[in-house]
Amino acid sequence: MSFTDILTVLLLLAGASFFLAGTVGLLRFPDVYTRLHALTKADNLGLGLMLAGLALQAESWTVVARLLLIWVLILLASSSVAHLVVRTAQQKGIRPWKR
Amino acid sequence: METLTLLSWAFDVTLGLTLMWLAWRALASEDLFKGIVLFIAFGLLMALAWVRLDAPDIALAEAAIGAGLTGALLLGALAKLEAGAESRSRRSEILPRPADKTKVFSGLLVFLLLALVVMLVYAIVKLPPLASGLSAQVAENITASGVSNPVTATLLNFRAYDTLLEMAVLLLAVLGIRSLAVVQEPRGREPGAVLDMLSHLLVPLLILVSGYLLWVGSYAAGGAFQAGAVLAATGVLLLLTGWLPGAWFVGWPLRFLLIFGLAVFVAVTLVLQLFGASFLEFPPSLAGSLILLIEVAAALSIGVTLTALFLGGRPQPEPPSSGRAEKRNTSGTQPS
Repeated sequence: MSFTDILTVLLLLAGASFFLAGTVGLLRFPDVYTRLHALTKADNLGLGLMLAGLALQAESWTVVARLLLIWVLILLASSSVAHLVVRTAQQKGIRPWKR
Repeated sequence: METLTLLSWAFDVTLGLTLMWLAWRALASEDLFKGIVLFIAFGLLMALAWVRLDAPDIALAEAAIGAGLTGALLLGALAKLEAGAESRSRRSEILPRPADKTKVFSGLLVFLLLALVVMLVYAIVKLPPLASGLSAQVAENITASGVSNPVTATLLNFRAYDTLLEMAVLLLAVLGIRSLAVVQEPRGREPGAVLDMLSHLLVPLLILVSGYLLWVGSYAAGGAFQAGAVLAATGVLLLLTGWLPGAWFVGWPLRFLLIFGLAVFVAVTLVLQLFGASFLEFPPSLAGSLILLIEVAAALSIGVTLTALFLGGRPQPEPPSSGRAEKRNTSGTQPS
């Protein structure tokens, strides 16, 4: 196992842990706002780390460019969708959770 | 190597079980919205299953059409249902059946399902260990097909009637929808700055991706249906951001685009038949260009057709409140 492979595995594991945390947050957090907060961690950091790990294994730079494009697109889409969900929730009058 | 096989085996089993569980939950869910969301999740995992089976073409189509567009269609239908019955709750109404009848029915159902399971298990046991199928024949004749992607070669040349009939089915579906309902007013509310920006960024990119998928289909995973599905996703995004086709477009131009793919396909085969070819036979020297021609037309038509399906009816030639449509028109194609 070369140094790149080890780095890939570490990055993938770190990404997976963010996905796990995001999923647990989505299931366990009390309201829509906090759940979205948990979810964005999986989308942004988790996916970013995973794609970074995969990019290390890529055979050519075009593959790296495509992976990067995937990440940017998902960042764009997920942040927009999060905004839409929160806006709808606010319009419906859902109050943020308070302890 | 050993652990890797074990891992992928475990992954496949988990995937299969999750698929079955999702399918069951989607069917059994009383909340229609939940059912649709589960169905979309099912479609995405199904795409993953196709990837595991080394069928990236079908995976693309499944993700784009099965999960994405069908999900959007179902959600749109649900919104219409709810608008139609505002007072009723979201739960589907389950009519109470007489108890004895239900028992007979479920008994029969269990029996039929068990019979199906037995037949499937029998079929799997009877399968030859390594079936070659028709892939050897496809590989032998691939040079005559005009493309190097065996899936495209099969769908557009060896079994071109497959694609031809699929497009006819799509056309029939959109004809049915157009004759049943009229779309009167823009469905969505004011999209807001973020959604507007997103659509401005994504629409050109999606059109680019669609063209890429169409082009790459001749030698790798991709093709007319995938490209058409991405085009349709563009259309759905535009419709969701409050864009409506201009009044000049919904008459003959739209009708023309709906039949364009099928018309080109039929025209090509008819012209070739005039020159002595048999039905749906492409001469090897021309096959590549002909397939590309048909695929471009097909992708356009598929994209427009699927978008029209999402629109859910025949667009009114003149939108009642023209202010909004006019405003949108300035950013899109300008009528001359």
